[in-house]
Amino acid sequence: MSNAILSVRDLNAWYDRSHVVQGISFDVNAGEVVTLMGRNGAGKTSTLRSIMGMLDKRAGSVVFNGQEILATPAFSRFHAGLAFVPEDRRIVPGLTVRENLQLGLIASRARDTTDAMIDEIAQTFPRLKERLSQEGTSLSGGEQQMLAIARAMMAKPRMILMDEPSEGVMPVLVDEMFELFARMKRNGVTILLVEQNVERALSITDRAYILDQGRIVHQGTAAELLADDEIQSKYCAV
Amino acid sequence: MAEISFQLLLLQLMTGLALGAIYALLAVGLSLIFGMLTVVNFAHGAFFMVGAFLGVYFLGLTGSFWFSLVLTPLAVGAIGLLCERFLVRPLYGRGIDYPLLLTFGLSYVMIESMRVLFGLEGVPTSVPAELKGVVDLGIGSFPTYRLFLIVATAVIIGALWLFIEKTRYGLIIRAGSRDPEIVRILGVDIARVWLIVFGIGTAIAGLSGLLAAPTRAVNAEMGIPVLAESFVVTVVGGMGSLPGAVVAGLLVGVVFSMTSLFAPEYAELSIFVLMAVVLLVRPQGLFGKAGLMG
Ligand SMILES: Nc1ncnc2c1ncn2[C@@H]1O[C@H](COP(=O)(O)OP(=O)(O)O)[C@@H](O)[C@H]1O
Ligand SMILES: [Mg+2]
Repeated sequence: MSNAILSVRDLNAWYDRSHVVQGISFDVNAGEVVTLMGRNGAGKTSTLRSIMGMLDKRAGSVVFNGQEILATPAFSRFHAGLAFVPEDRRIVPGLTVRENLQLGLIASRARDTTDAMIDEIAQTFPRLKERLSQEGTSLSGGEQQMLAIARAMMAKPRMILMDEPSEGVMPVLVDEMFELFARMKRNGVTILLVEQNVERALSITDRAYILDQGRIVHQGTAAELLADDEIQSKYCAV
Repeated sequence: MAEISFQLLLLQLMTGLALGAIYALLAVGLSLIFGMLTVVNFAHGAFFMVGAFLGVYFLGLTGSFWFSLVLTPLAVGAIGLLCERFLVRPLYGRGIDYPLLLTFGLSYVMIESMRVLFGLEGVPTSVPAELKGVVDLGIGSFPTYRLFLIVATAVIIGALWLFIEKTRYGLIIRAGSRDPEIVRILGVDIARVWLIVFGIGTAIAGLSGLLAAPTRAVNAEMGIPVLAESFVVTVVGGMGSLPGAVVAGLLVGVVFSMTSLFAPEYAELSIFVLMAVVLLVRPQGLFGKAGLMG
């Protein structure tokens, strides 16, 4: 496929000796929402982290926007327009909500626009707007997740990887979150999502890949996977 | 028994603050490096000592204490940058003991180098002409240079505080000391931040060596007891805490100087007693958070 913005080929990754990503290949096209699914321990997080250059031992090929990035230092992905919202949110303790948002542009050449971007982001995230001077870690779990996403969006990335954003978030906020993802998609942001919430995820997903024991075992459109109860019960039950 | 007047006590307190100012500067550098890089810099006393030598050297070269005050931290910081880049950096990710042993060895290389360059006896020093004499503080006369030490330290620490709390780079340092990984995800080349922080910490150590030089003997071994005392200060203040380093530095200076007044033979011991007491009551130090980085 020629319009793939992210192209992963034969990706392998290890924690010390343990081989947790075993030859994964997939594509994400520009403007698509693609979801990785699978049970706990299937290797979803490890796949995202190796794409982001955060597992020391990795092999294969990851091409983002025409550039081979697998061996480049982790920080360079940001400058290529690739953002990542990790599983555990990583709101920096001791910093205010505003300072956490500032971090989203701190390494960017556009950092002079930080205040304007915070105003803009605050329109999209009204919950954060009222709490800008509060300590980031004092927010509820769902609000922290929103903050982590807002921080990643500050630099207007071309593509964003999100690891289980709805985990531990109360249902009202999950609704808000998925509306936000739909809006991001309409604005042309490419999304690679890891989600356990199958129906929610498939409602905004173009295509999905199912992982098991570090490999891709199924792939299909959202409609195909939604129709397939057997696959769902075998690989997606939590 | 001789009367010890209230004024004498106050003057001795000021003397303690002047001594504590040097400790505070040293501990701030140590804490900055530890908080950011998780490196326990055993060469910190050696950077202090090199700062004293270079301070005297630049003073002789330029004839101006003020030039020396600028050149010395730049030179010592540059040595610090080279050490981080080529010696410490390859050891990141291997645990805390590798850089500890490396900087320990490095301190002896620096000590030997100064012996070779400046001789075994060290170099003579004196208070710069413009800061000689005493000032009347209203409680009695106090050496001008010691007052200068207190003021200079307040200025340096104030500037560092503004840099860390109010600037963009300071925000990177605050965030990076708590979560280097997210800072990296957000596009920061954290290795460069570590380099710069090591440079700043060692530059401050060099500067404190220069500032302390007129008040003590400058020789290659002068950094050894200073390193031990700086560790006492960081432990009392809480490892990695900058406010802790400042408060504990001043506290240790005052305890030392007050004990010298009443029982000089116990002065050195008193600061270790202070450390033991603080550790019994607050094992994480005055400003430390439980679990090192908090
Ligand atoms: N830091 C780690 N060190 C060693 N093994 C790990 C580490 N993190 C995850 N693993 C292992 O790697 C495998 C994949 O985990 P992970 O990628 O987190 O799965 P998922 O995100 O799909 O739940 C699991 O077997 C897990 O136990
Ligand atoms: Mg996971």
